[in-house]
Amino acid sequence: MNKLPIIIKREYLAKVRNKSFVIMTFLSPILMVAMVVLIAYLTKINDNQKRIIGVFNESDYFSNDFNTTESTSYVLFKDVSLQAAKDSTAHMGYYGLLHIPYEDELEKVAAHSYFYTKETPSSSVLEQLEHVFQARLRERRLQDMGVSSSEFAQMDKKYEINTETFEGEQNLKGVNEIKAIIGGGFGYLIMMFIIIYGGFVMRSVIEEKTSRIIEVIISSVKPFQLMMGKIIGTSLAGITQFAIWIVSATLLLFVAFAIFDIDPTTLNNGAEVTGGMAGNMMPSVPTPNQTIQAYAQELFKIPWAMLICFFVVYFILGYLIYSSIYAAIGAAVDNETDTQQFIFPIILPLMLAIYVGFFSVFSNPHGPIAVGFSLFPLTSPIVMLMRLPGGIGEGGVPIWELVVSILLLIVTFLGIVWFAAKIYRVGILMYGKKPTYKELFKWIKY
Amino acid sequence: MDNILVTKEVTKQYGKHLALNKVSLEIPKNSIYGLLGPNGAGKTTLIRIINQITFPDKGEVYFDGELLKPKHISMIGYLPEERGLYKGMKVGEQALYLAQLKGLSKVEAKKRLMYWFERLDIGDWWNKKVQELSKGMAQKIQFIVTILHEPKLLIFDEPFSGFDPINANIIKDEILNLKEKGTSIIFSTHRMESVEELCEYIALIHQSEKILDGKLSDIKKAYKNNIFRVGLQAENVDLLLTEISDKFNISKVGVDALENQLDFTIQIPANDSGEILAFFANRSNINQFTEIIPSANEIFIQTVQDKDANE
Repeated sequence: MNKLPIIIKREYLAKVRNKSFVIMTFLSPILMVAMVVLIAYLTKINDNQKRIIGVFNESDYFSNDFNTTESTSYVLFKDVSLQAAKDSTAHMGYYGLLHIPYEDELEKVAAHSYFYTKETPSSSVLEQLEHVFQARLRERRLQDMGVSSSEFAQMDKKYEINTETFEGEQNLKGVNEIKAIIGGGFGYLIMMFIIIYGGFVMRSVIEEKTSRIIEVIISSVKPFQLMMGKIIGTSLAGITQFAIWIVSATLLLFVAFAIFDIDPTTLNNGAEVTGGMAGNMMPSVPTPNQTIQAYAQELFKIPWAMLICFFVVYFILGYLIYSSIYAAIGAAVDNETDTQQFIFPIILPLMLAIYVGFFSVFSNPHGPIAVGFSLFPLTSPIVMLMRLPGGIGEGGVPIWELVVSILLLIVTFLGIVWFAAKIYRVGILMYGKKPTYKELFKWIKY
Repeated sequence: MDNILVTKEVTKQYGKHLALNKVSLEIPKNSIYGLLGPNGAGKTTLIRIINQITFPDKGEVYFDGELLKPKHISMIGYLPEERGLYKGMKVGEQALYLAQLKGLSKVEAKKRLMYWFERLDIGDWWNKKVQELSKGMAQKIQFIVTILHEPKLLIFDEPFSGFDPINANIIKDEILNLKEKGTSIIFSTHRMESVEELCEYIALIHQSEKILDGKLSDIKKAYKNNIFRVGLQAENVDLLLTEISDKFNISKVGVDALENQLDFTIQIPANDSGEILAFFANRSNINQFTEIIPSANEIFIQTVQDKDANE
C-alpha cells in the first residue's frame, strides 16, 4: 500500500486546521483590501484638494493662458494694488499669487513676474506656471522670426516614433515593462510562496525532530516518502490559501469599491500623474482612450494560456527544489534559531532573481544577463517568467532557451532532491548539535 | 532452533566512527531477547538496521529465514527510546495515522484501536490533544501504536521509561502476554531487574562489538564461581569461626553471639560441596547454604570492565 497519500493528507490537514493558518487565510484578504481601499481613498482625497492660485495680471499678455484644470483653478485680480492682491490672496487662503507686471516687452514681463506663496511652492505648481511662460515665450520668439501663430500651432505637434516588429505588428512603448511586470508578478508570487511555504516545511520537520515522533514514523515509512509527503502536503495547503485569498480578495475589492464609491481607474491615474498633466496642457496628444485600447489589445495578445502553463511548470519545479532544501535544513538543525546561517544562502538567489529580473528584464528582456539568469536553475523560475509574457519563438524567448532552462531545472531538481533526501535521512535522527557545512557534506556519504 | 532474526557480521561505519563491528546475533522465535550495552555501544544503530532506517555497510540481516527486505517493515513493531507524538494532533487521529503508516486499513486500525484503548482503560482520550496528556499517558498510546499491527517481531527500546510503577506493570504484563501469543521480542534496556524478570536470552554489546550472548540461565551458570552463602548456628560461634577460617577461605563474615549465629561467604571447589557440608553439619546446625548466582547487572558490569581492562 502506498503511504504517500496518507502522509500528504495528514500534512495538509495539520496545516489547514492550524489556528494561525485559518486566521491568516481569512484575515489577510481583509487587510489587503483595507490597504488598497485606504490607498485609493487617500488618492481620491488628494485629488479632490484643488489649489487656487490668484493671478494679478497687469500686462497685455497671458490673458487666456490660465485655464482652470482638474487640480488648479485661477482667480484673476483686476485693478487693485499689488499689496491688496497679496493681502486678499493670503486672506482667502489661496495657494499663492502670481504677479505679472506691465512691461512693454514679453521678455521683460516674464523676467519681472513673481509667484508669491506662504510657504515654498510645490514643484508641480511651479512647473505648471513655468510651462505657460515657456510656451508663450517660444511663440513670441518664433513670431519674431516670422512664424505666425497659426503656423506655430501647426508646428508644435507632439511626435512619437512608430515602432513595428519585422512581422509588421505595431509595438507600443512601455509594453516591455508592462509584460515584465506581469511576468514579475508571477515570479514574485513564486518567490513569496517558496519563502513562506518552504519555511513551513522546515518548521514542520523541526517539529517532528523536537517532538521525537520522527523515529516512530521513520520505522514505518522511508524518509524520502515522508519528506515528499510533507513538501506536497504543505504546498497543497499553500495553494488552498492562495486560492482563498485570490477569490475572497477579488470579491471584497468589488464590495469595497461599491461601498466607498471609488472608481478603480482612479488607481491607474494616480500612477501616471505626470502623464495626465502633460495631457491636460497639450490638447494635441491623441486621446488617452485610444492609447489605453492599444495597450489593452497588447495585453490580450500576451499568451495567457501559455504563460499560466509555464507558470505551473516553473512553480512546481522551483518550489520542489527550494522546499527540499528547506526540508534538509530543518532536518539538519534542532531548533529554528539555528537555521539562519543555512537560510541566507537560499534566499540569496531568490532575491537576486527578483532584482536582476526587475532591472535587466525590464530594460531588455533578451539581453545576456536576462538570458543567463533565466537559464540558471535557481533563478530561472522567476526570471524566465518575467521574460515569457513577450511570447515564445520569434520576438520572444527562443525555444531553445526555454527547453534548456526547463531541462536544467529538472536536472537540478533531481540532484537537489537526492542531496536533500540524504541530508534529511541522516539529519532527522541526529540530535543535540548544530552541524557544520563540512559535516553536512559527510552525511551525504553515509 | 528456529530464529526470527539473524544478523551475520553486521558492520556499520559513520565517517571514522565504527558503530558496529561484525555483530552476529541469533534471536530465537517466541522469546524475549535482551539487547544490553552501555550508552553509545551501538544498540540503537543495530535496531535501526533491523528497522531498515539505516543499512549495514557489510553483513546481512535475515528475517524469518529471508534476507531483510522492505516488505518486512510491516512485520516489525518498533518503540524507539526517543519517542514522541505530534503535540497539536488529537490522540485518536494520530493513532489512526500511525497505524495506517504501518499498513493497516483505516477501518481495521480503528477497530483495533478501540479494543486497545478499552483494554488499557484510555477510551475517553480519543479526542484529546496530545499536549493535554502526561508523559506516561503518551507512552501508553505509543505502546498501542507499536503493537497494533500485530507484528511478528517487536522491538522495545526502554519501554518502561516514563511510566509509574503501576502502569509499568500493566505494560510488562502486556509484553508477556504478547510473547505468550507467539510474538518475538527484542528488549533494549538499562534496567537490569526487568532483564532478569523478562528475558530468556541476552546479548551484550560493548564498543560496537558483541561481547556476550546466549541464554540468560546458561550465562549465569558460566559466570557463577561456586560461591556459597552459609548460615550456621552453634553454641560457641567464635571457636567455630576460628576453626573454619583456618581451614577455608571465607569472606563477608557476620557474627551474632547473642543468637549464636554465624554467616559467611565461601568459595568451594567444584563438585565438592558434600564434604564441606558434612564438616559444617558435624559442628553446627546449617540454616542457610545457597549458591550465589550473579545477577544480570553483575554480569553486565563485570563483562564490560573485563573487556575494558583487556584493552
